[in-house]
Amino acid sequence: MKSESLKFIQTGRKKRQLRFRLVTGSLAALAILLCGAMLMLGNTIYPVGVVVRALSGEQISGASFAVSTIRLPRMLAGLFAGFAFGLGGTVFQTMLRNPLANPNVIGITSGSSAAAVFCIVILHTSGAIVSAVSVAAGLVTVLIIYLLSRGKSFSIGRLILVGIGIQAMLDAMISYLLLIGAEQDLPAAFRWLSGSLNGSKMDQLPPLFISVLILTPVVLLLSKQLNILELGEQAATSLGVRTNMTRVLLILSSVIMISIATAMTGPIAFVAFLSGPIAKRLVGSGFSSVIPGGLVGVNLVLAADLIGQFAFTVRYPAGIITGILGAPYLIYLLIRMNRKGEL
Amino acid sequence: MTNPVIAKQKPLNFHFPKYFWVVLAGSLVLIALSSIASLAYGSRSVGLQEIMDGLFHPEVHSYGADVVRKRVSRTVFSLFCGAALGVSGALMQSVTRNPIADPSILGVNTGASLFVVCGIAFLHISTASQYIWLALAGAAITAAFVFGIGSLGRSGATPIKLVLAGAATSAALSSLVLAILIPRSNVMDQFRFWQVGSVGSGSWSAVSTFAPFLIVGLFLAIISGPALNALALGDDVATSLGVRTGFLRVIAALGAVLLCGAATALAGPIGFIGLLATHVMRLILGPDLRFVIPMSALAGAIILTFSDVAGRLLGSPGELEVGVITAFIGAPLLILLAMKSKVRSL
Repeated sequence: MKSESLKFIQTGRKKRQLRFRLVTGSLAALAILLCGAMLMLGNTIYPVGVVVRALSGEQISGASFAVSTIRLPRMLAGLFAGFAFGLGGTVFQTMLRNPLANPNVIGITSGSSAAAVFCIVILHTSGAIVSAVSVAAGLVTVLIIYLLSRGKSFSIGRLILVGIGIQAMLDAMISYLLLIGAEQDLPAAFRWLSGSLNGSKMDQLPPLFISVLILTPVVLLLSKQLNILELGEQAATSLGVRTNMTRVLLILSSVIMISIATAMTGPIAFVAFLSGPIAKRLVGSGFSSVIPGGLVGVNLVLAADLIGQFAFTVRYPAGIITGILGAPYLIYLLIRMNRKGEL
Repeated sequence: MTNPVIAKQKPLNFHFPKYFWVVLAGSLVLIALSSIASLAYGSRSVGLQEIMDGLFHPEVHSYGADVVRKRVSRTVFSLFCGAALGVSGALMQSVTRNPIADPSILGVNTGASLFVVCGIAFLHISTASQYIWLALAGAAITAAFVFGIGSLGRSGATPIKLVLAGAATSAALSSLVLAILIPRSNVMDQFRFWQVGSVGSGSWSAVSTFAPFLIVGLFLAIISGPALNALALGDDVATSLGVRTGFLRVIAALGAVLLCGAATALAGPIGFIGLLATHVMRLILGPDLRFVIPMSALAGAIILTFSDVAGRLLGSPGELEVGVITAFIGAPLLILLAMKSKVRSL
């Protein structure tokens, strides 16, 4: 009898594990496909062979420039930024146990964008300084939102309301900065209004690479604790999780990644918000959806960019596509939560 | 049983709030001050003589006097817009029975934007008197939609649900706005300046387009005031007091939408005036909407006009659009309200 129930649990676990691996594997495969498509497609379509040869340094007239100088940075920016948005968003949602509590909705990405716009439009700086300032601004925004929403007892509702208030101020600031920017051109404006991969350059990428490569392992190491945190503060403490420490580390890592990605591509609308719920639905319960969340983010950004570039007669930035897909989902989620009385 | 002593007194329901006359006088003084400031300050500062010339001596044609004449229409326009937005906020707060309601927070402004943009892009509409109707339609549909989503579920329309529904709708609509604008750079350029929200475009023609909407909206607001007082006690109580709540909500919401839709069509989305004006007045005068609604008009006019002056001073030699200023004054109030409200009511 006992062994039977044990067996039952084990097969259930195996099933879930299989599902997790399958989902993660297919998401990764899809991401690789999309990366390939990003390199191959464009004004001229290059076959795989040409792309590989161009990437390995061979000089092919036309292809080398198009693939290595234009498409590769664009693809890499989408890959890493998408991963950062997806991962960071999922961490926030899991930690605060509410899909609405994520950097897009509570204004953290607006904080980073405002700082980045200020650096670029007013101070005319670029590269690592912009990233550093955005990170600082993202962290300060989190801190302010946390301090203002602390109250006597923590409430997600209050946190979200305060976040929306902060976001209103930051968005006003961004619109203003965009208006007074002297060499204000429309592509730049779009980047900061909705996020776009246009004009990604290789030399701007290193901060993003480094942060994602260093911080992803940190988040992964903490993902078990994160799963326990989802059970609630008390349960987590009694299971031996150092809740405050874990929270601070997780928030730091995800905010740094998201801020740097925002400084690079602008706040690509709703990716941080969408990735977590999609990943959770695909993976099911029992396993950390952090990595699948990151992969969903990659797929969303790359697919949105491809759709934006090629599906219409006009080129749309990735953020418009994710915005049009994401906002209805947010509304749907709200309707469902309201019906269930979860808010 | 009628008590002769009470019967001789003024009817209880016409009890003026404690500081009503002081507040009224103070508001009128502030309106005068803000108007004078709005005439006098700007990227070009003018002297008293030039203001006098501009206002009272139409035959004098100095540069300063002409600047003042331009500013007169702008000032009137900003007073009108502020009044409209202030009352609209008060109405929205009472209809939804919710302290955090404002045309910008509920996403109604974005709804108006989307319709205006569609009008400019697809119907090639270019005059304000035409797209004011589009803005009204957009505002009305969005208001209904947001309120519909926000009031789903058992607990009805709580602040957090309404705000989130507003933010989500706003985000969805602004993506659509951008998607329509991208292929049309000429529309985009026009829209970018409209989007920040500014009363700088206030000409006499804008004022005269606006005036009928303001009058009808204010009328609806003032007649629904007493019944809204009853509604504040809850739907059940209001019904038992003889208020037809559904009809009242429609009338008051119509007033709110007329006011904020028209203001948004002409000035662009200016946020938080309704929230600020109503809360200030309610704080001083108490909850009686018969007084809070008209006084919110004055408060809104004062806040918007002073914000406009502040924007001109802070942004000089150019100017800082008033929408940015009001967001910076209003958002902290939203945060404050969020901090003060009890967890349960969120």
